[in-house]
Amino acid sequence: MTCPPAATRTRLRELLAPWLFVVPAAVYLLLFFGYPVVKNLVLSFQQYTPATFYTGAAPFVGLRNYAEILSSGLFSQTLLTTVLFTAGSVAGQFLLGLALALFFRRSFPLGGLLRSLLLLPWLLPLVVSATTWKWMLDTDDGVVNNALRALHLVSSGIPWLTGTSQALVSVTLVNIWVGIPFNTAILYSGLRNIPAQLYEAAELDGAGPVASFRHITWPLLRPAVSVVLVLGVVYTLKVLDIILVVTGGGPADATQTLATQSYELSFQQFEFGRGAAMGNVLIILSLVLALVFLRADRRAAHP
Amino acid sequence: MNSPAPRPSARRITTLLGTVALALAAAGCGGGTGAASAPGKVTSITALDYYTDATEHAQWSKRLTDCGRTAGVKVEHTSVPLPSLIPTVLRQASSRTLPDLLMLDNPDLQQIASTGALTPLDRYRIDTTGFAEGILSAGTYRGKVYGLAPTVNTVALIYNKDMLAQAGVAVPRTWDELQTAAARLTRPGRYGIAVSADATPESTWQFLPFLWSNGGDEKHLDTPQAAQALRLWTDLVKSGSMSRSALNWTQADLHDQFAAGKAAMMVNGPWRIPALNKDRDLHWGVAPLPVRQKGQTLVPPLGGEVWTVPQNSSPSRQEKAAQVLACLNGPTTMLALAKEHFTVPSRTAVAARYAEQVPSMSGFVTSVERARSRTAELGVRWPGTATAISTAIQSALTGEQTPQEALRRAQRTATGS
Repeated sequence: MTCPPAATRTRLRELLAPWLFVVPAAVYLLLFFGYPVVKNLVLSFQQYTPATFYTGAAPFVGLRNYAEILSSGLFSQTLLTTVLFTAGSVAGQFLLGLALALFFRRSFPLGGLLRSLLLLPWLLPLVVSATTWKWMLDTDDGVVNNALRALHLVSSGIPWLTGTSQALVSVTLVNIWVGIPFNTAILYSGLRNIPAQLYEAAELDGAGPVASFRHITWPLLRPAVSVVLVLGVVYTLKVLDIILVVTGGGPADATQTLATQSYELSFQQFEFGRGAAMGNVLIILSLVLALVFLRADRRAAHP
Repeated sequence: MNSPAPRPSARRITTLLGTVALALAAAGCGGGTGAASAPGKVTSITALDYYTDATEHAQWSKRLTDCGRTAGVKVEHTSVPLPSLIPTVLRQASSRTLPDLLMLDNPDLQQIASTGALTPLDRYRIDTTGFAEGILSAGTYRGKVYGLAPTVNTVALIYNKDMLAQAGVAVPRTWDELQTAAARLTRPGRYGIAVSADATPESTWQFLPFLWSNGGDEKHLDTPQAAQALRLWTDLVKSGSMSRSALNWTQADLHDQFAAGKAAMMVNGPWRIPALNKDRDLHWGVAPLPVRQKGQTLVPPLGGEVWTVPQNSSPSRQEKAAQVLACLNGPTTMLALAKEHFTVPSRTAVAARYAEQVPSMSGFVTSVERARSRTAELGVRWPGTATAISTAIQSALTGEQTPQEALRRAQRTATGS
């Protein structure tokens, strides 16, 4: 056996090299993301009960799980709640995050310290912050209502978590609070990447703060904005722990989202097939939203 | 050493010899505790429950160790928090790694037994006579007993003696008396009564005594009797005797409200007694929950954790686990457990003896005798109905729907039509 000529060997290596880099990542993705997604898809067409875990038998039932969740009466309400919760959360997080990022761009005493303090909510386990908010928003003894009463803004406590129309607002506010650090951090680093000379030049040309924001900051911040918004939408659609801890999906299903509903079907009612179907609806929804958004963004960037 | 491999240095040989010596010594020591006994002989078994609280975990560990000693095995006891017990069990069922001894909350037994992962206890000739009817039915799936609870519990009315005396009201026995008492006990910063009406099956559990005692039934939720029961709760909120926050309170929250003097009465269980006893200034009493009118029989729901023996490849391990289970459910252990946790022994004869020895628990002992298990009628269909009931409670309490409307919808959801 003779060795292949040196030239062939180099060609071979060149051909193989990219694959060697791609394969580990691809295997990882297939194993930890591909498998669960496919499994979840298959599950949603099966009658998957607790018994299945032991016997492995899960008869296929076609589209029955989907038909059941779509016709349950609760579905349209859950979908609307999900959309309102997501839109409200993302808008709130983004606007406040942007305002804070702009604020911290100026240098002032203790600015760095304040900026790192702002990250604190991000470091707290969600269950901890959600539980704290649940106490603070209590109708009778919550610190929020106590403060409002002391300021004579309200006479009787606002049912933050126990009113069907207020509860959704409350969980959205809590989620906004949780999401601000992430938005601020990304947008702040986006702002730092904008060269200071541009602003100096604009100033020489007589541009005020509004004009320089419109013509310099906003266009150059666009990549960071896209990242924040797409991730924000995807993360918010699947928020589970905050709602479960703060309201448990109540009162009277007022804060029930697709995510909490999927969890409840699977782990409280042991309807794993229907839970998976609900989860797939959620995946499709976030996929569609992300695609629409990215497309719109690309069009805006290259008109 | 005749191989051309590099010779190990003298130091490495010494280390090696030392390790071997230590290993031999360890094996020698281990022989005494059974680690090196004959193959096939079971020396230790595993047990899983949800008693993660440090004190309770230690108490159960002691009972398990003692019972293990009787059966001649070491019991390795682990606990996971209640919400993750079922997911853990299902995962273990699919990977065939279930513990030898498994504790379940009694309403979950049907689901797990239906999987085929548990073994019927008659296989081990375990004595199931003398158990309270309700708890035995909770542990029974398709005519066979799969789980036994050493002790049981239920909910009752826990009241603040001082507040009742100050307001000059007697302990309420009927719903009318309850409403009057609650109204008179209410003042700024304090509510007459507190219940848990949150968006979990906990609210269903608290509501069942009102539903059942009035002749309501989980199979037919759209009855006037059921609506009457739910109207009692909504009226209490409407009149201001009960806080709207009940919609967001767990049973642990009720305890905090009661202990802080913000609620004069609460619906809660005897497992709260150890914590209530810690507060010297709190003078509390326990009474059966009121019924709608005199002459009705109180039917409370039966709580308690059943111990089961999961399927497993080793019959001898199952046999040992069953021996430990039998010991846990034996008269002596159940009496000791009941005294430790302020629960009620599930063998009627032991419960009677317990009531004599711990008179403060006699109220719970009588309540438990008539208690009904949640899964007796619906079996594996219970979890869906429990969710439908808690949603109905929330819809009615927020005023979204009238009690009748809410329960009619719950009935439709529960029957899936």
